[in-house]
Formats: sequence, structure tokens, C-alpha cells
Amino acid sequence: MSTEVPARSEATATPTAPHRMPGRESADRKQVTQGRWASMLLLPTLVLLAVVIVYPVINAVTMSFQKDAGLNPVTGFFEQGGFAGIDNYVHWLGQQCNGQACPPGTLGSEFWSAMGTTFFFTIVTVILETVLGFWMAIIMARTFRGRSAIRAAVLVPWSIPTAVTAKLFFFMFAFEGIINKLLGTQILWTGSEWPARWAIIISDVWKTTPFMALLILAGLQLIPDEVYEAAKVDGASAWQRFTQITLPLVKPALMVAILFRTLDVLRMYDLPAIMTGGANNTTTLSILVVDQIREGFNSAGAVSTITFLTVFLVAFIFVRFLGANAVGAATSSGKK
Amino acid sequence: MSTATATATRTAPVPMRRRSFSWAPARTYIQAAIILVWCLAPFYWMIVTAFRDTGYTFESTPYPNHITLDNFGTVFDESLGNHFARNLLNSVIVAGITTLVALVVGVFAAYALARLNFRFKFAVMGFILGASMFPGVALVTPLFQLFTNIGWMGTYQALIIPSISFTLPLTVYTLTSFFREMPWELEESARIDGCTQGQAFRKVILPLAAPATFTTAILAFIGAWNEFLIASQLSSEQTKTVTVAIASFTGAQPHQEPYTAVMAAGTIVTIPLVILVLVFQRKIVAGLTAGAVK
Repeated sequence: MSTEVPARSEATATPTAPHRMPGRESADRKQVTQGRWASMLLLPTLVLLAVVIVYPVINAVTMSFQKDAGLNPVTGFFEQGGFAGIDNYVHWLGQQCNGQACPPGTLGSEFWSAMGTTFFFTIVTVILETVLGFWMAIIMARTFRGRSAIRAAVLVPWSIPTAVTAKLFFFMFAFEGIINKLLGTQILWTGSEWPARWAIIISDVWKTTPFMALLILAGLQLIPDEVYEAAKVDGASAWQRFTQITLPLVKPALMVAILFRTLDVLRMYDLPAIMTGGANNTTTLSILVVDQIREGFNSAGAVSTITFLTVFLVAFIFVRFLGANAVGAATSSGKK
Repeated sequence: MSTATATATRTAPVPMRRRSFSWAPARTYIQAAIILVWCLAPFYWMIVTAFRDTGYTFESTPYPNHITLDNFGTVFDESLGNHFARNLLNSVIVAGITTLVALVVGVFAAYALARLNFRFKFAVMGFILGASMFPGVALVTPLFQLFTNIGWMGTYQALIIPSISFTLPLTVYTLTSFFREMPWELEESARIDGCTQGQAFRKVILPLAAPATFTTAILAFIGAWNEFLIASQLSSEQTKTVTVAIASFTGAQPHQEPYTAVMAAGTIVTIPLVILVLVFQRKIVAGLTAGAVK
């Protein structure tokens, strides 16, 4: 842990290594030219990201405060849009349609259940992936003949497009499919709430555990064997070695992996969209937004903004309180 | 270097193990076999089904039987409304151009982030990382309206522009991690020999960075190739990509899910990726894990 502290000092970008510079004055000058050079090199990327992300997001936020044109259910007349204030947000967060609770079956009534489903998927898949990924990483870290075959095999699920994974598992989870035959069950997997949820979770875990396993493996490989040898000599049990050495030392890599996976599941769309179409309470926030687009842009803008803020908030909690220092890992200079 | 010391220490305790039979290796092999089956079985099942006669779709024989190539014919059968060749071309165009743009633009940013000292470096990196984690669905709504207004719906640029939003940050992030581990002393020697920083970048660093750039290109291409959400909303019949096509496939029997044909289409889309990934396995793992560990 303590060896990783120097990562932080880089961020301030003050010349912290004066012994490398001939003198303070030239160090400052170097800093200025480097800064100019850096802004030139970064400009195209930042401009492009501003065009493809920042501009659409500002657009979506602006839209979310506008009213969707449509028939007024009270008067029966067609109404143009116009400024809506926070009406769209009240509509989603309060599940209010025209001043009363949205009737069941409308998109408006599904917001909190979609939020719940999204978080349920996120928590369950990330826990399963972390446990399975850790197990896979520990096996892959061992030396045995055929280890490279395992390392190659875990890349296969990762490289299959999610849409194909969805279709593949949809087929395997079919009523007459191989999974019912293997289990000797007759479950309508994608046809009812809990089986459908588990089918989606299992598909996601299959597809993305390898990513988790590889990140954890990379972290495991940084732990020198001497540490384990020393612990063994001191009489530490396998469990003690795992909790006292492996876990704390692999934690930085693990937290980054969990952060990436969490943010990825929060925006889950492909698997439920293809496997169930969002039926049987498998509608995630992303599916809700896409369904809403055809019913009204501005209202869709509001729910997409809520989705974005939710993801942002979770990322913030991870980085601020759980110590997932992805940025620090990326900006730290050199390895070792 | 660290691997060398690791193997040295690992081989050391061997004589100790020989004393008595140990269950440890056997247990490792059993667990390794479970991982192998878990990862490969669904993939294997897709290929077996792809070559199976439609009449035996739900056959559960574990080895290939009722072998036929008909499913691959169905995939490309335009009379059924499938335009898979067209879809493949669209995916190549969209993923190819996206990757190219992301690389050409991102390589400069990555160089700056890996090599130069400047203020706001932390903020810039945070912004780029944040962008890579950005939910695509938050872009679809405004872009849907924008592209409808300017008549871009169903064009290639309507698919490429949003794809850049996640490929470019990924590219910059991965390249930055790679660049930080390169032998930059060579750049300094080039500068001592009289090169400007720009020349040193072009003549010394770019050739050195080629392998890292290539790996990043593969990762970016796979990311763009696998994209579904944006393509499903912003493409038309003419620009539909393979992932969208596979999700809405039509078979010979109306109102019946053409499972075998879908598995054939999935096989066509997946096999090149799997081969690519296995050939460049080491580099891809390095690229995937770059940045997460120091």
C-alpha cells in the first residue's frame, strides 16, 4: 500500500523532482512549454468529446425542461410544447401523470421499478462477478501445465458481442433449451419475473466475469511471492494469508475493477432488451429511456438525465468514499 | 523482469512437495477444468447449433449431429429479408472509421497525458475516464432528435459520432497506460542529438508505440463492433449493423424464432473476433488491465 503513495504528488504537476532539473528557473520554463505543448495535443480529443458528449448532454438537460407537444387530456386540444419547469422530473420521480398517479402499464408508472431492477441487477451481478472473478484469478495465478489455455479460454466470453451473448442465452434458456434439459426443469425462463431476471444475471455474469478475473489477476501478479513465503513461515493459515495479504494488496486493482463493472451494469441495455424486451419487470433505466424516446423526446430527456446523474452519483461515491482511485492509477508516472 | 523472479521462487519449493502425494495440484486441475467448461460450453453450443438442421434445433446430443450448412444460407438469404452481407459491411465501416478517428485523435492526447507535466492533468484524466463510463442512453435521446432535425437519421455518421463518445476515451486511457511504460530514454537521446520534441515524437516514439497502438486499435474496434444500443436506435435498414441484425433475425418459418440461423449468424460475427483475440491474447490482456494496476 505505502509504495503507491507517490502517485498523488504527480497530480499537482509541480516539479517535485528538482534533482532532475538543472535549476529551478529552467524547471519552470520547461513546465510552461510542456503545458503549451500539452494543450495543443489534448485539444482535438477534448473538442471531439465536447461535441459528442457535452453538447448532447446539455441538449438533453435543456430538453428535459420543455413540455412534449401532444393532446391535453383535460381539454382534448393539441398543445404545443413550451417551458415545463420541473414537470418532467415530477412526472418520473413522483410517477405523476396529469396530476395523478400514472396508471399501471404506462412508462411513467415504471420509473421506480426500473430503478430498483437496475440496482438489483447491479448489486447481484457485481457481487457474483467479484467472487467468481476472484476465484478464477487465483486459479489462473497458479503455475500448472495448461495455465495458458485457461487464460485464453476466459477471453472467449469477453470477445463475444453482447447482442450475440443475449441471443445465445435466450436460445439456451428456451423452454425446450439445453438448460432446462440439463437441470431437468420445465421453467419458462424468459417468460416470468424471477427466472427472467436470473437468466439475464447469469448471461451477464458469464460474459463479464473474465474481465473482472483478468483485472484481479493483474493485481495478484504484483504481489511478490516472498510475502506469502514469509507468512507461511510465520504459521499463517491459507485463510489468514488471503484476508491479511491477498485482499489488502489486491484492493486497489479490485476497487477499480468493481467501479468499472458497476458503472457498466448501471447502463445495462442489450441483454434485457434482447432477451425479454424489458417484460416481466426486467426493464432497466436504459430500456425505459429508449421506450420513452418514441413517446416524447423531452420527457425522455428528463429520464435520461436522471439516469446519467444516478451513474454519476454512484461513481462519485465509489471514488470519494470507497477509494476506487481510477484516475490516480491512470495518471501516476511510470510503473514500480 | 518480475516474472523471472516469480518463477525462480515458485520452482524453489518443489523438492518439499515430492515428499508426499499432495492433493493441491489435482484440486487446481479440477477447478481449472470447471473454468474451462464454464467459459467455453455456451460458445461450443452456439457453434454446434449453427451447424445443426433446423428440425433438430433442440436436440441435446452434446456432439455435432444432423450437420448442415443451410443455416448459413438462411443468414444470407435476401428473400427472407436478411441482408447480412450488408450488415457486416456496415459494421466494418462504422467500427473501422470510429477506431481510426479515435486512434488518430487519441494518440496525441495519450502522449501528453503520459509524458508531459501540466496543470489540470488530473482533471483531464478524470474527464476522459468519466466520459468512457458515460451511459450511452443519455446520448441517444438528444441525438435522436438532433439527427432527425438535420436529416442524419440512418446515416453512417449518425452511428459513428456516438460511437466515438466511448471509443475515444477508452483509446486515450489505454494508450496513456501503455505509453507510460515505454523506454522514453530514447526520446531524450534523440533530443540530445538535435531533434525537436515533435521530431522525436514522429521519428522515435511513433515506431516504438506502434504495437501499443495496434493493441488499442483492436480493443477499440471490438468495443465499436459490439455496440448495440445506439445502432438499434439510430440506424436504418441500409445502415443496420450486425448486432442489430442478429437481434431481429427472420427465419424460413414465420412466427418461429430461427434459433439455428441466429446461432449461425452469431458464429460468423464471433469467430473472427475470437481468433483475433486469441492471436493477440497477451497484448489484449495487457491493454485491458492497463491503468487498473500500476
